[in-house]
Amino acid sequence: MINQLSWKVGGQQGEGIESTGEIFAIALNRLGYYLYGYRHFSSRIKGGHTNNKIRVSTTQVRSISDDLDILVAFDQETIDLNYKELHSKGLILADSKFNPVKPEDAQAPLYAVPFTEIATELGTSLMKNMVAIGATAAVLDLDINVFEEVVREIFGKKGDQVVAKNMDAIKTGFDNMKANLEAGIEPMHLEKADGKKRMFMIGNDAIALGAIAGGCRFMAAYPITPASEIMEYLIKKLPDLGGTVIQTEDEIAAATMAIGANYAGIRALTASAGPGLSLKMEAIGLSGMTETPLVIVDTQRGGPSTGLPTKQEQSDLMAMIYGTHGEIPKIVMAPSTVEEAFYDTADAFNLAEEYQCPVIVLSDLQLSLGKQTVEPLDFSKVEIRRGKLETGELPDLGAKGYFKRYEVTEDGVSPRVIPGMKNGIHHVTGVEHAETGKPSETTANRQAQMDKRMRKLKNIRFNTPVYKNVKHENPDVLFVGFNSTRGAIEEAMGRLEQDGLKVNHAHIRLIHPFPTEEVLPLVQAAKKVVVVENNATGQLANILKMNVGHADKIVNHTKYDGNPFLPHEVYTKCKELF
Amino acid sequence: MATFKDFRNDVKPNWCPGCGDFSVQAAIQRAAANVGLEPENLAVISGIGCSGRISGYINSYGFHGIHGRSLPIAQGVKMANRDLTVIASGGDGDGFAIGMGHTVHAIRRNINITYIVMDNQIYGLTKGQTSPRSAAGFKTKSTPAGSIEQAISPMELALTTGATFVAQSFSTDLKDLTALIEAGIKHEGFSLINVFSPCVTYNKVNTYDWFKENLTKLSDVEGYDPSNRELAMQTLMKHKGLVTGLIYQNTEQKSYQELVHGYSEAPLTQADLSLDQAYFDKLVAEFV
Repeated sequence: MINQLSWKVGGQQGEGIESTGEIFAIALNRLGYYLYGYRHFSSRIKGGHTNNKIRVSTTQVRSISDDLDILVAFDQETIDLNYKELHSKGLILADSKFNPVKPEDAQAPLYAVPFTEIATELGTSLMKNMVAIGATAAVLDLDINVFEEVVREIFGKKGDQVVAKNMDAIKTGFDNMKANLEAGIEPMHLEKADGKKRMFMIGNDAIALGAIAGGCRFMAAYPITPASEIMEYLIKKLPDLGGTVIQTEDEIAAATMAIGANYAGIRALTASAGPGLSLKMEAIGLSGMTETPLVIVDTQRGGPSTGLPTKQEQSDLMAMIYGTHGEIPKIVMAPSTVEEAFYDTADAFNLAEEYQCPVIVLSDLQLSLGKQTVEPLDFSKVEIRRGKLETGELPDLGAKGYFKRYEVTEDGVSPRVIPGMKNGIHHVTGVEHAETGKPSETTANRQAQMDKRMRKLKNIRFNTPVYKNVKHENPDVLFVGFNSTRGAIEEAMGRLEQDGLKVNHAHIRLIHPFPTEEVLPLVQAAKKVVVVENNATGQLANILKMNVGHADKIVNHTKYDGNPFLPHEVYTKCKELF
Repeated sequence: MATFKDFRNDVKPNWCPGCGDFSVQAAIQRAAANVGLEPENLAVISGIGCSGRISGYINSYGFHGIHGRSLPIAQGVKMANRDLTVIASGGDGDGFAIGMGHTVHAIRRNINITYIVMDNQIYGLTKGQTSPRSAAGFKTKSTPAGSIEQAISPMELALTTGATFVAQSFSTDLKDLTALIEAGIKHEGFSLINVFSPCVTYNKVNTYDWFKENLTKLSDVEGYDPSNRELAMQTLMKHKGLVTGLIYQNTEQKSYQELVHGYSEAPLTQADLSLDQAYFDKLVAEFV
């Protein structure tokens, strides 16, 4: 009996690899298993190697596994590129069509299964993916009926006959493999799951859902990998609520249109990835200077420039904190799980209105696109707080009077009115301005307004600025990370603890303003601080040094080859230190 | 009911004496009063440059954004509150150089706002460089030997981009300009009004006198019909774009707001931000 399994299907992009993984995963998710999927894909539609690695477990997992149990290959390239991940008891199931060759040093046995041949006999070679799912089910000794519901949902529209044929393909694949198994391979029996129905979603789904729950009714965006799913989801749902999504002509229009909508009083979102964020920087400065709420999602991918558009990286951190010329108050949050992505995005709209500033919800490709099983989301935790937005009648301003939209206040936050409100007329400008918004360049005014703006975030209230797993008073190691590295760190921690090391973990959820008070004692208490991040220069480590010091104990663990951290990489790095 | 005086505030414009923009400001104030607006129901969104300051000189909600981006900001405002009257404004550099991408897309998107360009064929606030509206051969600080690029023809461009309201005016024709702005505000869709607004400091070629000599009023063109796009294009080409009046209007094309699936008929600003638990549950169930 095994309690977790790692399964990978690979082939040429455009031949249904993604949907093969999807059907397999959805069916297992519905049995109550925890799934974690990660797609390897290229910035093209047809051709090029692609694979979908799916981890199945009876407990929650948030990372790709180190190794692989089953590799399903539709071409030789899939075998050559991936066989090294297989452990010794692993298995290669390859389509007999391409006459698969087992690499000399491969320990795992290779079984050529007539995926395409069976599918073609049953009607169409397109169903080779179904045959492969059937073969997998045989290895895992799964009841193939678990796939029927999913197949029906996907192919139901095409008629019962198509559903039946696809089920037939699964069954034939199952029977064929079963015969092979009887010839001597040991089936891998997966422990039974709890049968609970849980959501299966990508981080971008959670971000979009969080936006809706958080009151967002308008989005302006430009398509980009890996952010587009957010706009694609919202354009399906916002019309239910009277809202909509506009696909703009460019990233600048997306950001400024969202600013216009927020200025006018609704909650509007824009989302992009690094290249888009670079283009949005001037608009972010406008939001900061005019104190117009704005929520921006940055789904980080490999940079710089066009970089690695479909690969994992976390290298936008510094740009998100410091990007835009001049100095503005800005909030940068970094959810580390799909669940947090939901809650944090919803809350981002509150913070944007409470502090009247841009809020960047930072994600990364692994979090945004990795499809995984998610615990139920508690909608009652979502609040709507609109800060100092005036809602009642306003006192008469008198002739030519302007509302003090930028009134200098103790907490720096000024009362806010929206167009259409009587006695609320004021001016908004990115030029330095006085309390009514009229341009003013006097030194006293400049000082007062700059101080007022920067004061706003002095006492920022954010629910959980740091996710902490702190079991030890004086740990050997404190792991620090942000966004999707959490899963790999958590698994490495478990192994290190088994080795007798004392390990704490702090995952930074509020990147800026940095939660120094929470993090400093954790750093002080630790012998070593290992900062795990997907970039080359150790950006989070540098942020940590700037805010909490202790540079001598901070160790960088960086990875920037486009792939997510694996648990053993975090583990090994740490073992080297002791 | 508000009069044009109610749209005046106490800010003294920092434009040069004689600048064409003064008349544009007056025309907007008059048009707003004439169509029956109250100051709080008008939002003027402007770009950067001399003309961009206009949002601060009108007693209404005003947003002075960033260079070239008045249109996306204005469209965002309108999408959020469809009851507001939204005027975007700026100069020819703002609309036809740095913001050109937004101009053509705002035209084809056809959101119900009015865009007024103060076109002086020069960069004024940066003290006299060439603009995309400067004629070939035009000498400026950045083109000392004369511009070797062709000037953009915004009206022709608008017609080919699917504009539903295209007009041009001259800042001294206050009455005509006011009437065009009123018509633009009333038009159900995107209205583009390009106004020749001479820069008396840096443009010594395209002066008030030059325009008086070279402009043709469409009302003087026999048989002109602003509903005829082909005729509009021919007339513009014949007069090298130097015409004033309503060039083209298409009243049949529905505005963006009318076409958006599911878009709330009440301003989105009035929508309840909280979500129904049942609706949330339905969304969540789709992921199981």
